[in-house]
Amino acid sequence: MNHTIWTRPFYYVFAFLIATISIYPILLMILSSFKTSAEIFTSPLSLPKTFNLDTYRNLLEMIPFTTYFMNSVFVSVISVLLILITSSLAAFYIARFTFVWNNIIFFFFLMGMMLPIKLGIVPLFILMKDLNLLNSLWSLIFMYVATGIPLSILILTGFFRTMPRELEEAARIDGAGNLRILWNVVLPLMRPALGTVMIIQFIQSWNDFFFPLIFITDDLKKTIPVGMLSLFGEYSADWGALFAGLTLASLPMIVLFFIASKQFMEGLTQGAIK
Amino acid sequence: MKPATNPNSVVKMKKERNWKRWTIHLFPIPALLIYGLFIVYPLFAALTYSFFDWKGIVRGEFVGLKNFKDLFTLEPFSGLFWGAFGHNILYFVLQMIFQNGLAFILAYIIYKKVKGSEFLKIAYFLPRLLSVIVVGFLWKLILNPNYGALNVILEKLGLEQLQKAWLGDPDTALISIILVNCWYGIGFGVLIFLAGLQSIPKELFEAGKLDGADGLSMIRKIVLPLMVPSFMIMTVLTFIQSFEAFELVYAMQGSQGEPYHSTDTLAIYFYRLAFGGSAGGSTTAVGLGSALAVVLFLFISFFTALYLRYMQKKQVDM
Repeated sequence: MNHTIWTRPFYYVFAFLIATISIYPILLMILSSFKTSAEIFTSPLSLPKTFNLDTYRNLLEMIPFTTYFMNSVFVSVISVLLILITSSLAAFYIARFTFVWNNIIFFFFLMGMMLPIKLGIVPLFILMKDLNLLNSLWSLIFMYVATGIPLSILILTGFFRTMPRELEEAARIDGAGNLRILWNVVLPLMRPALGTVMIIQFIQSWNDFFFPLIFITDDLKKTIPVGMLSLFGEYSADWGALFAGLTLASLPMIVLFFIASKQFMEGLTQGAIK
Repeated sequence: MKPATNPNSVVKMKKERNWKRWTIHLFPIPALLIYGLFIVYPLFAALTYSFFDWKGIVRGEFVGLKNFKDLFTLEPFSGLFWGAFGHNILYFVLQMIFQNGLAFILAYIIYKKVKGSEFLKIAYFLPRLLSVIVVGFLWKLILNPNYGALNVILEKLGLEQLQKAWLGDPDTALISIILVNCWYGIGFGVLIFLAGLQSIPKELFEAGKLDGADGLSMIRKIVLPLMVPSFMIMTVLTFIQSFEAFELVYAMQGSQGEPYHSTDTLAIYFYRLAFGGSAGGSTTAVGLGSALAVVLFLFISFFTALYLRYMQKKQVDM
């Protein structure tokens, strides 16, 4: 017992020290975004003298941030929707019917969770070129749907399997088709699982930087992460604007996180533990 | 259901039902198509690409295993390959220590219900929300030798002798990147370990207490053995992630593995072979790049297989 009394303060200090290291850079990023570059260079750690938004105004003149933002929203929203539709259809099939090939299909999808798809980027590049999808936001959407399907199917199948079949059978006796059963009876009960899938996939597609790096060169087709790449490439001396750009890029996720932090943390770990 | 009086309508209904039953097989098709076309096909194609000679992205003649032989034995390719491989190993080892080791300790502290544990969880997790490119660029600014916050903080603490050009020095560049990756990933580790700890039945601790076990022997005898699944998950995920390391390195040091290839990882080297200096660049070696992809793929798959086998076993247990 003495042991715990002596070590407890040490635990505290240690845990909060690491927490400081986790938060401080993000805080520094947000605070620096209100400073002029000169202010950052002379006193990098101090609070901004005034909270003016000039850096943000400059930033919006330098890069088409609103365009990047709209592209990111379009890509993420459509990707998440398509993932939800395709995955719940497939998961429903895998979990609710017992055809001989169900386990094979399930395993085939599961395998995708671990396939290092980035290593197939050359064939993908050629494929996108043949499909005329280079410099199109749909190249990104297809990639996020394809990479999102395995984990989503895993989560949804697990959830389908825990649900009682009685309601479905009742609906079937009433003559409802499979699609209607899925849409009217099953999916409304699946909201927690669908929410998990939504959060995981939204973060993935919002933050991804690899696929637009390869597929998108047209500045007006860029999503926010690759937009940052051009910002840092062209205006590397204007630190105020750089910090403003990083802050704007991260803000949507941080705001969403504070609205639903529990769901975020559960959602992102669920894939690994399930 | 209305009773069917007319035999014709019974046949009609049966037909309709068969049709309905048959349509169920359409359900997995969209997912299979997209997944097959954009995940499975490219990886198989990459395998076949490695057996051919390439001029840019135009396929030449079949050359058998020549690309593999060049990759392992022909300079400068082989030197770069083994150098990058060593960096990936270091990436894995340091992440295991500084990310997963720390994450376990922090998860245990939270599990012991210190005050403010909700705050701690959120704090550790916060970096995970940023895009990796934002993480890389943010730290590039912080690590800047002239104006970066880290060197300024060291100066304020009177530790000037520790100031460095963190990313410009081959001795510290890679380690800096790996530690930034740990900063990014630690919250995820904490949550995984915490979930593992919370699944340990409370009675075990009480039984341990009755037997007079102290804190350390409780950890050794009860916690560690029951945490094997969580350790396994984190180890395999960290392994895959460190052998795929690309985005953060690219954001902080570009595709050339600067300085002097000291931050080359296999994925960065692969990118350079496949796309030259930048996407669509001039000097590419798609054949060699594909050979590298295949080697890396097999290497990662081997460990992936272990993970999947474990998951299947777990599903049987449940």
